[in-house]
Amino acid sequence: MTPHGATSTTEGRLLPVVDLYSAPFWEGTKKGKLRVQACATCGHLRFPPRPYCPACTSAEDEWHTMSGKGSIWSFVIAHPPVLDAYLAFTPYNVIVVELAEDKSIRMVGNLVSGDSNAPNSVDTSKLVVGSPVQVTFETVTEDITLPLWTLDEP
Amino acid sequence: MLKDATAIVGIGQTRFAKELTGSEVAMACEAIRAALGDAGIAASEVDCLCSYTLEPLVEIEVARNLGMREIRYFDQVGYGGGAGCAVVGHAALAVATGQARVAVAWRSRKRGSAANRPWANVGEAIEGPPAWSRPWGLLRPADEVAMMTRRYMHEYGLTRDHLANVALAQRKHANRNPDALMHDRPMSREDYFNARLISEPLCLFDNCLESDGAVACVIVSAERAVDCPEPPVYVHAFSQAISTELQPMTNFFCPDPLDGSAHTCAQTLWEHSDLTPRDVNVVQLYDAFTPLVLWSLEAYGFCARGEAGDFSSRGNLEWPDGALPVNTSGGGLSEVYIHGFNLITEGVRQIRGTSTNQVDGAGVCLVASAEGVPTSALLLRSE
Repeated sequence: MTPHGATSTTEGRLLPVVDLYSAPFWEGTKKGKLRVQACATCGHLRFPPRPYCPACTSAEDEWHTMSGKGSIWSFVIAHPPVLDAYLAFTPYNVIVVELAEDKSIRMVGNLVSGDSNAPNSVDTSKLVVGSPVQVTFETVTEDITLPLWTLDEP
Repeated sequence: MLKDATAIVGIGQTRFAKELTGSEVAMACEAIRAALGDAGIAASEVDCLCSYTLEPLVEIEVARNLGMREIRYFDQVGYGGGAGCAVVGHAALAVATGQARVAVAWRSRKRGSAANRPWANVGEAIEGPPAWSRPWGLLRPADEVAMMTRRYMHEYGLTRDHLANVALAQRKHANRNPDALMHDRPMSREDYFNARLISEPLCLFDNCLESDGAVACVIVSAERAVDCPEPPVYVHAFSQAISTELQPMTNFFCPDPLDGSAHTCAQTLWEHSDLTPRDVNVVQLYDAFTPLVLWSLEAYGFCARGEAGDFSSRGNLEWPDGALPVNTSGGGLSEVYIHGFNLITEGVRQIRGTSTNQVDGAGVCLVASAEGVPTSALLLRSE
């Protein structure tokens, strides 16, 4: 099932294939940086990464490091049936975060406690739309470090 | 001009069930044969075939099984639940422009058994747009729609009671439709709230059925239609749409995720029509998940953005007394789920006056395919 050259794990966890356009993002997370593609011509931020800027159609790009701060735009609590690799965590959360620098840049992630990277490590009552969050990283394989999020409590 | 230039003159379907034994080819052929029989047109006259890209069989299978001769136009539409109305719309365009004379459109689907669920059959390495959501466990379409639903709840105060209004209305309709999978299964509000959660805020009954079935229809010119045995159901308007920076199902990355493809589609539909939402008597709205019905009500102009929850209250979506009966066959939630093609045949029955939940004097029916993916819509009318 796994395409040639793809990243996978033995645990059945789903992982992204790194491609030409997403590589700088995944290079960034490996170094503990949350980077977003920006147009080198007009400065417009875009995510997910793609060849052209939707604002000005320039193909010139650069990568900007974000502060890693954002807020919960929405969330779900997933219950079975799910894939086997995710079953032990049910019910677990998945969140969408809007970034502090630009609220139209949103990323999917999990809210985790920080002591644990498990997607069920935060009590579900802590999930509130609008709550501030801070990025953290989980090294999953040699190639893939996933951004995760913790509550950014004062 | 497409307006009223073509009509649906035949509809046909297989039995609907959790699991049917025949192949998808055989099921498609059975539905198409029934639709041609209904239209009083021989298979040898068919020269246009339109279907979904999801369709597991190709046009040549249908053509050579049913004794069709020379096919002159064929077309498949992508994006799953967004395709249904476009499959009919493209057939209508082919006929209206004279490219073809007798068009058949269909959907045949076997997905009742758990082994056939696409989300469960993925490799571990995820390419393309899902690479930005699935690794974190946003695995199923239900999760993706739940994410949009929670945001909508936050912005507009929608509650699970509003979602239940959709599920309950459609179940009541299915209880009066002998062909519906849920015909013998009444549901109470208590049943809804006792159901297991799938992806909060969505529970089991916010999800469509997993089922097997095939549905087909026949489209000819308005001139030819008047000679067919059943009253013509005119394709008054058709539209297709992709909204700004749309990412199908996980539309979290565009400037305004709640302003989805249905909003764009509606604009074109009304522009191409002599009618307004006020002229519509009954609607069939794609319903893989209950919130999609509410968002389509807003998009197509039956209420303002943020008001669909309230609009769904007081039995407004229910036949016979509701202000706007929705999915009168039971739809994908309670009749059968075949990517929304049964909504089109129910729209035809409403205009013919033969629905088991017949809206009195239904002269105009809106049918809409899925919000949240590249989508399409049809306005059907009696004259």
